[in-house]
Amino acid sequence: MTKSLDLAPRRAATPSRYATFMSRRASLMPTFAAVAILLVLLISAQARFPKFLSPGNMSALLLDNAYLVVLAVGLTFVILTGGIDLSVGSVMAFTGILGASLLAQGIPAVVAVPAMLIAGALIGLLIGVLVQYFNVQPFIASLAGLFLARGLAFVVSLESIRVEDTFVLWLQRTRFNVGGWYITPTGIIALLAVAIAFYVLLWTRFGRTVYAIGGGEQSARLMGLNVARTKLMVYVISGVCGGLAGLLLTAYSGAGYPRNGIGTELDAIAAVVIGGTLLTGGTGYVLGSLIGVLVYGTIKKIISFMGAEQAWTQIIIGALLLLFIVVQRVIVTRSQRRR
Amino acid sequence: MEEPRPLLQLTGATVRFGAEAAIDDVDFRMFPGEVHSLMGENGAGKSSLIKAITGAIPLDEGELRLGGEVVRFRTPHDAQLAGVSTVYQEIDLLPNLTVAENICLGREPRRFGVLDWSSMRTRARAVLADLGLDIDPASILGTHSLAVQQLVAIARAISADVRVLVLDEPTSSLDVDEVAELFRVMRDLTQRGVAILFVSHFLEQVYEICDRITVLRGGRLVGEYVPSELLRIDLVQKMLGRSVAELGTRARPDSTPPETSPVIRGEGVTRTPGIHNAGVELAEGEVLGLAGLLGSGRTELARALSGIDRLDAGIITISGQPVDLTSPRKAISFGVVYSSENRRTEGIISELSVQENITLALQAERGILRRMRPQRRRELAMSWIEALDIRPADPDRRAGTLSGGNQQKVLLARLLALSPRIIVLDEPTRGIDVGAKVEIQNLVGELADNGLSVVFISAELEEVLRVANRVAVLRSGRIVQTLPSESLTVDSLLALVAQPDEFSEVASLSTAEPDGSGE
Repeated sequence: MTKSLDLAPRRAATPSRYATFMSRRASLMPTFAAVAILLVLLISAQARFPKFLSPGNMSALLLDNAYLVVLAVGLTFVILTGGIDLSVGSVMAFTGILGASLLAQGIPAVVAVPAMLIAGALIGLLIGVLVQYFNVQPFIASLAGLFLARGLAFVVSLESIRVEDTFVLWLQRTRFNVGGWYITPTGIIALLAVAIAFYVLLWTRFGRTVYAIGGGEQSARLMGLNVARTKLMVYVISGVCGGLAGLLLTAYSGAGYPRNGIGTELDAIAAVVIGGTLLTGGTGYVLGSLIGVLVYGTIKKIISFMGAEQAWTQIIIGALLLLFIVVQRVIVTRSQRRR
Repeated sequence: MEEPRPLLQLTGATVRFGAEAAIDDVDFRMFPGEVHSLMGENGAGKSSLIKAITGAIPLDEGELRLGGEVVRFRTPHDAQLAGVSTVYQEIDLLPNLTVAENICLGREPRRFGVLDWSSMRTRARAVLADLGLDIDPASILGTHSLAVQQLVAIARAISADVRVLVLDEPTSSLDVDEVAELFRVMRDLTQRGVAILFVSHFLEQVYEICDRITVLRGGRLVGEYVPSELLRIDLVQKMLGRSVAELGTRARPDSTPPETSPVIRGEGVTRTPGIHNAGVELAEGEVLGLAGLLGSGRTELARALSGIDRLDAGIITISGQPVDLTSPRKAISFGVVYSSENRRTEGIISELSVQENITLALQAERGILRRMRPQRRRELAMSWIEALDIRPADPDRRAGTLSGGNQQKVLLARLLALSPRIIVLDEPTRGIDVGAKVEIQNLVGELADNGLSVVFISAELEEVLRVANRVAVLRSGRIVQTLPSESLTVDSLLALVAQPDEFSEVASLSTAEPDGSGE
C-alpha cells in the first residue's frame, strides 16, 4: 500500500501531508484503530503478565489462529463486495471431516487435500450462483450453505476421526525456529493467503472490481467491469478459504470433527469488521483482517492468562465489534456530509 | 448545414415498457463535430432515447447506425467500445475508489497483467488537465465536491476514443464558471469531430452551445431545428405541445374567489437549490396553477408548501397561524396533502390492493392501535371508488395493474380520505390518457367548488389555464408573476414561461401585457 503511495509524482504545490493522506487513505483509519487496540492490548497484557510477550507465546498466537486468518481472508473478499458468507464455519467443519475420512480410508494426502479445497469451492459456487443468478440475499444464500455444509459434515461422520497422515501432521508439528520464535507450515499458509489476497485486491482488475462492486454494483457494470463473474468468484474464494481452514484446523487438532467451527463464521466476521472493513462493502483491507484476527486471538489469550471464563472473550469481542461499527458509521456519515 | 452523412443515425426507434411506448417511431441523427440538444418535458422520452443510443436498453424496433454501419449495443460497455460514451445526470462513479481508477477502470493500463498504478495516475492527470482540473488523481473520489465528481465523470467519458459523447444534464450541479469551462471542453471536442448530445433544461445553455435541436413530446418526434432559426418561445411551445382542440373543456369557474383571508400563505419560501423567495397565497375553494418549465422550481415550491422538504427560509401560515411544516405528517395534521409527480415511486404502492392504497394514509394517521375494522375500510374504499369512478371498481385488485389515470384517482382518494383543506397536485395528469385527464381536471374543479383549496402543477399550459383560477409563473426558481387565468391565453402564458432569464421582470411585464390582452 505504501509503495503505491510513494510512486505518486510530487506536484509543485503539495497540500499538507495530512490533507493528502486524508483524501487518499481516510479509509485506513479504522484499520489504524485496530492496530492501536492491538498494541494497547499487548502492552497492558505484558504489564500484567510479564511472560505474555515471550516469543513462544506470540508465535503460538499465529499458530492457534491460523485457520481463523484464512477464513477472514476469504470473508474479506465477500464483505468488500457488500455481501456476507455465513457458511465458512460449517464449510471448515465439513471439509475437515471429509479430509480426515478420506485419509482414514488410505487415500493419499495428494488427493485428499485438493478434494477438501474443491468441496469448499463447490459450496461457495453454489452460494455465488444463488446470489448472482437467483437474486437471493447473500445472508439467506449463505445460511443455506451453512446448513448444507453442516449436514454434509454429519453425513460423512458423526464421530471425530483421527488423522494419522504424515503430511497433514507435518503441517502442524514442524517448527521453523528463529531465536525463540517459531512458525509452523500452517502459519506460513495463513500468511501466504493474506499476502496473495493483498496482492490480488490491490493490483489486479479482479481485485479492483471487488471494491467497485462494493462502491456501486450498477456503476461498476456501467464501467464495463465483469460484475457477474467477480461476484461468483468471491464466494468461490471464500469457499476455498473455508476448505483451506478445514485443512489447517484438522492439522491443528489432529482430527476431523463434524461439530467443529460452530459460530466460527461470526468470529471471522467480527475479525474482518474490527480490522476496518465496512460491512456495507467497498472499503477495507485484508491486512486489517489479519490484525482483526490477532486482536481476537490476543483477547482470548489474555482471558486464559487471567484464568477467567472464556465467555468473557465473547463479551469483549461483542463490545469491540459494537464500537467499531459505530466508528465506521460515523466515518461514513461524515464523508457523506462532506460531499 | 450540409454534412455528407450523419455520424449517428437512429431510424424508427421504438422502446416499450409493457404496453406503454416510451419512444415511438423516433428518427434522430447527429453529425460529427456538432453539439446536438435533445429537448422535451418529463416523460417526453428523452432518457429512453439516450438509453437506446448508449445500449442501456434495447430497441424494440428501429435501427441504430454509427458511421453508416448498423450496430446493436447489448450493454453500455459495447457502446463505449464503439465510441459512444455517456455522462449521466446522476453521477454513476464509485465514491470509494480513487479518481484515477474512476477514470481508467475498465480499460486500465496494465503491465505484466498487473495494474500499473503510476501510469494510470499519469493518464488520469492528463485527462483532468484537459478539463482544467487540478486534483490529486490518487485521492478518493468521494472526498470531492459534486461538481468535481461530475467533471471526473466527463473526464472518464472523454479519456477513451470517443466519437459520440452523451451529456445528460451535466450542468445541474455546476456553477457558472464550471459551466463555462465545460463548454470550452465541449467546443474542443467538437473540433476533433466528436458529436455531443447535450441534454439540459436550461434554455440559455442550449441556445449558447447547440448547433441543432431535436424536440420530443410524449415519446414522439416533434422535429429537428437549428437554434438560430427557432425562437425560444416556439421551442417551448413545441416542447409543451398544444392539444386544446380535442379536449372537452370544463367551464372555467368564474374566478371571483371570495375575498376572505387566505387558507395558506407562503412568504419568502426558499429551498436551495430550487425555489427562491417565493410568495403564494391560496383562498378557500381556489385553484392556483403553477406554470413553469422543468427545473423552474414548480415541484420544489409544491414540496416546500406541503412539508415534504423543509424550508431554508420563509414563513408558511395556515389560516393566519404561522406553522412549521417539518414533515409530511405534520402538514397532514394541518390539512395539507401532497400528491407527487412520481406516481410510481412516491405514490401508488403497486403490490397492495386498491382498497389498501386508499385507506393507507387514513390508517397511518389514526395510528396502529386504532385499526380500522375491515368492513369500515371496505366501505370507505368502495365509496371513493364510486365517487371518483375508479375502474375497474374492484377494491381487491392490485393497484399496479390499474391504468395511469385510475392509479392517479386512487392516490387522490387516499389523500381525500384524510379530509384535507389544501391539496397539492404535482403533475397529476402526467402520462395518462386524454379522457382520464379531462376527468381529473373536472374532479379538481368539483373539489374546489366544495371549498377545497388546490395547488395544481402541470406541464401543459392549457390545462393549467383551464383548471386554475390564478396562475403563478415560475422561472429559474422564482415566481415571476401571479395572474388571474382569464387575463391569460396559452400564448401569453407561454411567453411568460419561456422568457429568457437575463431580461428578468421588466421584460416579462412588457411582453406579457400586450399579449395578455390580445388574441
